[in-house]
Amino acid sequence: MIVSVASGKGGTGKTLVATSLALSLDSAEEVELLDCDVEEPNAHLFLDLKLTKSWNVCVPVPEINELKCTHCGKCADVCAFNALAVLEKKVLVFPELCHGCGACSYLCPEAAIVERDREIGVVEGGASGNMLFFQGKLTIGEMMAPPLIKATKKHIDKDRMVFIDVPPGTSCPVVEAISGSDFCLLVTEPTPFGLNDLALAVGVARELQIPCGVVLNRSGTENSAVEDYCRQEDIPVLLKIPLDMEIARAYSRGIPLVRGIPSWREPFRQLFRDIRQRISDN
Amino acid sequence: MKELVVLSGKGGTGKTSIVASFAALARDKILADCDVDAADLYLLLRPDEEEKHEFWSGQVASIDRERCTQCGLCRQVCRFGAINEYSVDTIACEGCGFCYQVCPVKAITMEASLAGYWFMAKTRYGYLSHARLRAAQENSGKLVALVRENARSLAQKEGLGLIISDGPPGTGCPVISSLSGVDLALLVTEPTLSGIHDLTRIVGVCRRFGVPALVCINKCDINEENTREIEHYCIEEEIRVAAKIPFDNVVTEALVARMPVVEYRDGQVAHEINNLWRFVLGALK
Repeated sequence: MIVSVASGKGGTGKTLVATSLALSLDSAEEVELLDCDVEEPNAHLFLDLKLTKSWNVCVPVPEINELKCTHCGKCADVCAFNALAVLEKKVLVFPELCHGCGACSYLCPEAAIVERDREIGVVEGGASGNMLFFQGKLTIGEMMAPPLIKATKKHIDKDRMVFIDVPPGTSCPVVEAISGSDFCLLVTEPTPFGLNDLALAVGVARELQIPCGVVLNRSGTENSAVEDYCRQEDIPVLLKIPLDMEIARAYSRGIPLVRGIPSWREPFRQLFRDIRQRISDN
Repeated sequence: MKELVVLSGKGGTGKTSIVASFAALARDKILADCDVDAADLYLLLRPDEEEKHEFWSGQVASIDRERCTQCGLCRQVCRFGAINEYSVDTIACEGCGFCYQVCPVKAITMEASLAGYWFMAKTRYGYLSHARLRAAQENSGKLVALVRENARSLAQKEGLGLIISDGPPGTGCPVISSLSGVDLALLVTEPTLSGIHDLTRIVGVCRRFGVPALVCINKCDINEENTREIEHYCIEEEIRVAAKIPFDNVVTEALVARMPVVEYRDGQVAHEINNLWRFVLGALK
């Protein structure tokens, strides 16, 4: 069972919810937490574990054999991403634009292109108690998160209860992170930004046909707009976390909510039971 | 012409609230919202009118079943798992066109997709260039580049000397697209472990692309110890801390009232943002 924790807007509390959900479960439950926010992986800051394993993640990029190359221009013609430019006597490769599709090397009439691996980041892993943890970390200056998210998700053990911390936004990294999930939890806040970006995130979940529910973080007196929206769209509000300085302080120190304020453990366990029920009803 | 971008690495640190206040304080500028996934600045600047244009970008493969001989070559060459049973999974398709190139019976065409919309809006604070990527689309970096290009060409036409951009969270493609070639990056952080961790990463991106940076510590009093740690880090990295803004619910109240906080209520937050703006102006000169 895979549950992803997403939001359109950043900073609404995805990591808080994902870590507390994973930590709230019984020790009998086999849990796995994946941090797929590879541009800014933060979940490990809240976990008491060492990252003991590391795998380099590479993407294939073309390398031109100038001895064989006739500068015919075919590779640049077929590249949809402008990652190759053919000059009179030289081919320029822009590896950070390359999506690694392999078309150029396959279609080169002179077989002058080979692919080499280029590292874009690492996947790191560790374990603590009943939890396995993996995170992707994109190298600074690298553009493309999706291949690294894919590599992180290769570590999913389907027999475990898997939670995925998803990057903010609505575009390709989000799609890569939440696709294949049985349920998507959308974390939002009761502000015009929270509402606007929740609606965008719902659009992505629906596009991927993944059932979703809402966690309303920093809830208070201004909840009605978000709650009205959820009612209209028939999306359940599964948990509310109030705006509270004690919660904010624990978060600032890297203490998971269910550890810092243990009375929150039961609401998170209930949240998990609700999600499981909804998945089995689906 | 000068370009300022406000970034943070971590989302939700207060970029858009600060940019909206800059919009109220700055003269002769154009605003650009470079967060095309979740553009929120227009919610505070409330455009009076705007032009809307389609953004066609990227391509998606499509298989003509009449022509297809089910040879399977397309599926064999596709590295994105986008071809199942001789039809294209349009979400998985990256638009590389490899299948289109190799199909022996030319049964595959590449079709442009409507990836989003871009807008040029008139607000009481000046022009706002912004955009909206459609759900689950690619090419946010290209759309960010277009938002900046639109802002630049209008600034040139109108003789305006400054572009203030609200940047996206993260460090990847849209962030790099919003950062490359700007004159100054203002990095808004918060004194949480996540905020510090993400600040160090976005500082790395600024260094990598040679963009000078300033730091603003927002909600500085939620953890004084972490605030001191950020200040020490900035000294070591030789980055100036331009402002420390205390936590105050007035920021959320202003947001709910859909107003820049400096216009919503006078107080310490408004005062600090005013000082921050003067600091940024000095750094841009």
